[in-house]
Amino acid sequence: MPVTDRRILLVLALVLAAFPWGVRAVGAVSHYLDVMVFAGIFCIVNLGLSLLMGFAGQISLAQAAFFGIGAYSSGILTVQFAWNPWAAMPMGMVLAGLVAWLVGVPALRLKGHYLAMATLGFGVIVHIVFNEEVRWTGGPSGLVDIPGLSVAGTPLRGEIAWYYLVWGTVLVALVFCLNLLHSRVGRALRAIHQEEKAAEAMGIPTARYKVQVFVLSAALAALGGSFYTHYVAFLNPGSFDLMWSIRFMLMVMVGGMQSLWGAVLGTVLMTFVGNEWLQVFADYEVLVYGSILLGMALFLPDGLVSLKSIPVRGWLRTPRSSTEGTQR
Amino acid sequence: MTAITPQAAEPILELDGLGVQFGGVVALRDITYQVPGGIIQSIIGPNGAGKTTLFNCISGLLAPGTGSIRFRRQRIAGWAPHRIAALGLSRTFQQVALFAHMSVLENVMVGRHPRSRSGFLATGLRLPGMRREERELRERARSILDFVGLGDLAAAAAGTLPLGQQKILEIARALATEPRLLLLDEPAGGLNTRETEQLGELIQRIRGRDTTVILVEHDMNLVMDISDRILVLYFGHPLASGTPSAIKDNPEVIQAYLGDDWAESSAASYTSLDNHPGR
Repeated sequence: MPVTDRRILLVLALVLAAFPWGVRAVGAVSHYLDVMVFAGIFCIVNLGLSLLMGFAGQISLAQAAFFGIGAYSSGILTVQFAWNPWAAMPMGMVLAGLVAWLVGVPALRLKGHYLAMATLGFGVIVHIVFNEEVRWTGGPSGLVDIPGLSVAGTPLRGEIAWYYLVWGTVLVALVFCLNLLHSRVGRALRAIHQEEKAAEAMGIPTARYKVQVFVLSAALAALGGSFYTHYVAFLNPGSFDLMWSIRFMLMVMVGGMQSLWGAVLGTVLMTFVGNEWLQVFADYEVLVYGSILLGMALFLPDGLVSLKSIPVRGWLRTPRSSTEGTQR
Repeated sequence: MTAITPQAAEPILELDGLGVQFGGVVALRDITYQVPGGIIQSIIGPNGAGKTTLFNCISGLLAPGTGSIRFRRQRIAGWAPHRIAALGLSRTFQQVALFAHMSVLENVMVGRHPRSRSGFLATGLRLPGMRREERELRERARSILDFVGLGDLAAAAAGTLPLGQQKILEIARALATEPRLLLLDEPAGGLNTRETEQLGELIQRIRGRDTTVILVEHDMNLVMDISDRILVLYFGHPLASGTPSAIKDNPEVIQAYLGDDWAESSAASYTSLDNHPGR
């Protein structure tokens, strides 16, 4: 990992650690901790989506479905089969990864945007299953009485505990993804995005890599889904429909598709925008999201991280000796 | 069938009855040819003769309609390009196809892909074996950049280099795969005289590293200077093959390039084929 990324990681970790004290001091925004828990959960999903979309150049419209597969795996296994939540979590990730593999293998062997089409259909199917399999999922009336998480025998209570658990997980996932990017695998993914036939001619099995990164993104989405389940303790199919897949995409795009930092920044920002500030638009929310998407595509296609006027940029600039290229 | 096959001990590449058709257009027709190991083989021919199509077939980007391709005794026709690359065949592209937003060094490191192993888990967790491999990748890539003379530009973004250096970088990236056979598709296109001379010298040094080179090129000075053998393609079919001097004086070749009138009048005024320093 280059020096620049280490520095940002350090700053991010410190800011995140200090955040709860900051908001508790200001009574009016103390509920921001709750919003940040959701933002962290969505970050876990969007780190995977950023790898898939920003680095490997593949579009998935089923991230909410994988998020849901993780959520319902945890929900069903703990409620109906009395599993330990920590055991249900990896099951959800494995299941989502397996399903992604089944969808991805045929779709990604074809060149072009077939994954977008396949996942669009797949996401709708999964949503229907959540709605109709009432015996398992509770259907539209929801799955209730989902147990919370315990760490070392102590039940996790209160937003602060959840905040540190979720954001600790985000940081671990972030380090994993950064390591991946600055390695043989990350270079291969970026190569596929930039010049697929040359990547193939240089010995990169492009189809296999696309499937693998898709599976990884699905597993991360499922992990986020499991946290979501145990945090809200209630599941409803409405949280896992196409609109949510688009929201995840939008979060990544707003921050900047070709940067994991962008994914984190965009996710936090858009979670606050969605949860806090856009409520007034009610039914027009979709219109607002559409406008943001259009505006970003037209005026800031590389996302917020591409803004050059941020003052800390000088300090964060890559040293001259570094040989990492711009991240695309 | 005109099988024009140079006599040599051990062929590294054997084409047998190779044919490609795009709809009603015959791009390659019944090509039977062998390339002996360790030489610089040039393929020339007018535009549309099928040279790039032939490269695409050999490197696996295009599956041939008929015939067989044997590389290092393996039948590779229909293999995926990455498998062929792993077997020791690499190439450059006529239209530069670098990873423009990666650094020069990273481009070459990507070329080492088939010679390295770490997967998603090993790299994400930074396991010790992966770190060693990453160091090795970096060192090898640097030494290859030094070999082609781009060592000072390792940190630059590939897309910002001038065309001449981009073409050399493509060769460096291809060399990183440790090819036994290297296909160069018009490496001198867009290069000035001095750059072309350096390119010729580089290609000869590559051959010296036990790598067979197949060169598709329009720059006749370069082709005549460095080739051991030349194959002339004409409308997707071999027209002639032989040493540079034999090809230069072949009336059929001159006719193919310049038409009947020229061939009859004076071959001496044909600058492109004739105006070169000779071997």
